[in-house]
Amino acid sequence: MVPISYYLILSGILFACGVTGFLIKRNIISIFMSIELMLNGVNLSFVAFAAQWHALSGQVFVFFVMVVAAAEAAVGLAIIISVYRTRETLNVDQVDLLKL
Amino acid sequence: MAGAVNLLAQRHPINSALSLVVVMGSLAVEYLLLGAEFVAAVQVIVYAGAIMVLFVFVIMLLNAGEEARTKGSKVALLFGVPGMLVGSILMGWVLIERSGDKAVPAGALPGAPKLIGWLLFHDFLLPFEVTSILVLIAIMGAVVLASHPDTDQGKKER
Amino acid sequence: MNITAFIIVSVIKTVLALFVLLTAVAYTVWLERKVVGHMQNRWGPTRVGPFGLLQPLADGVKFLFKEDLTPPHVNKPLYIAAPMIAVVFALTSIAVVPIGNWVKIGSLHIPLQITDVNIGLLIILGVTSLGVYGVALAGWSSNSKYSLLGGLRASAQMVSYEISLGLSLVGVLMLAGSLSLRDIVDAQSGVFWGFIPKWNIFYGGQFIAFFIYLMSAYAETNRIPFDLPEAETELVAGYHTEYSAMKFAMFFMAEYANMITVAAVASLLFLGGWHGPTFGPPLIRAVLPVFWLVLRIFLFLFVYIWVRGTLPRFRYDQLMAFGWKFLLPSAIANLVITALVVAIRS
Repeated sequence: MVPISYYLILSGILFACGVTGFLIKRNIISIFMSIELMLNGVNLSFVAFAAQWHALSGQVFVFFVMVVAAAEAAVGLAIIISVYRTRETLNVDQVDLLKL
Repeated sequence: MAGAVNLLAQRHPINSALSLVVVMGSLAVEYLLLGAEFVAAVQVIVYAGAIMVLFVFVIMLLNAGEEARTKGSKVALLFGVPGMLVGSILMGWVLIERSGDKAVPAGALPGAPKLIGWLLFHDFLLPFEVTSILVLIAIMGAVVLASHPDTDQGKKER
Repeated sequence: MNITAFIIVSVIKTVLALFVLLTAVAYTVWLERKVVGHMQNRWGPTRVGPFGLLQPLADGVKFLFKEDLTPPHVNKPLYIAAPMIAVVFALTSIAVVPIGNWVKIGSLHIPLQITDVNIGLLIILGVTSLGVYGVALAGWSSNSKYSLLGGLRASAQMVSYEISLGLSLVGVLMLAGSLSLRDIVDAQSGVFWGFIPKWNIFYGGQFIAFFIYLMSAYAETNRIPFDLPEAETELVAGYHTEYSAMKFAMFFMAEYANMITVAAVASLLFLGGWHGPTFGPPLIRAVLPVFWLVLRIFLFLFVYIWVRGTLPRFRYDQLMAFGWKFLLPSAIANLVITALVVAIRS
């Protein structure tokens, strides 16, 4: 008998870790992984609410989130590979040609 | 949660990737506890088994080393850490207060594959089709982005 | 069944299943050496025991006593963890494979399966997906260019053929209407036209799916004709170049355990599982289905080894082109046709 709030707090913590990683990491792949972590946290709260309100739509929506995450991961990694080929670095601080 | 914190703490991206896999595995177990067995299986197969493998590939291919130390910001540390603590405590307190004692027993909503399939193909048919087009666009985009710029343009059919 | 009986029975079943699986792995190695030897017009192992039957024991002792060196330049945690990951995930899928009908011991009604989850097939697919990590991490942690390339190639191959593997099984799923392996086997009982058994490969029309599954299984377990990543004439030894003794033995075990799992799943899904003529007193009646299943698994393994002794291997780009451009469209076409047939029938 786990209260629903525990699942939500865990989901919030995962999301917060994702945001923190997104902001403090310098490696572009780690930033990307933090995005995936955020998506996972959101998935958890979807499933928790689906269980609480007995609505299967929550679980169905998790699928869509996963599919979108997969598509975004594929394209994002392709972009990262292109950036690495031209810039020879994975450090986001050094990809700053457009900076003033 | 340990996996998530480890993701932040590790400097080499491959270790972060592996901790993310651990996070996804434990999330799959959480889904099982909530009764969403199909979602748990799909989480393992798709997320931990394919997307993270893709991440691991790219990390191994690009062979990037450890992360460089950045010049931290003292101001951010001064305001950020207490601010985050306050914010999270507030959020947690609100959540616990508002949820009352609505507990969720283990395996509350059995997400049988048949029921989920029914929903997917009846109520959520339009999003389903749209996401399939999205995946197609993603595939085309990835292929175009990752191909070598000089050698693949104008290559004849072999 | 009350909870303590359940726990005791489960523990016994798990230990027994692991023991049988590991012995089967050892004797599959013996079988392979014998069969390939005879195909190449030579005896296989003959010296150790009658017909060389104690050869796996000798091999085990050799692996235990060999020097277990760890090269200095490897990434130690991942180096040690990778073979363990490979073996753990290879051995896990035995948990949902049923090997027979129910067995009545005293007052307990025990299904011959460790757990009967109603998403059994998805668990096997999931565990196969996770097995890729063992290979990829082995290649990465060895910190040498041959291992890295071999590991990347092997994992890319495994990931690509996983898709055709899963899709070829969806036709069977649609015919049976359930993801639980026991239900799928039960849907294949009976005969049609008087004597041809109602297996999925005949009655279900999954003939093409069977061959797609076969080829995906060969690629998934890195066997000939798809074993470029670990061939000795290619990338030295691919992802397990830097491993010796026990860790290498673990990779070996993982490969053969994967073979046996894939053979078991094929026998259950396509060849009718444990259905066969049953007769005799109740004890024989309980054991005979297991015998039929083992016979089918043995047949499947024999075809595996036969193909290994006969065919040359694919080049890597031919291999990937085959998987993506031929097997995947065929699997999807099979799925569409089966869906149409099922929809029309009902």
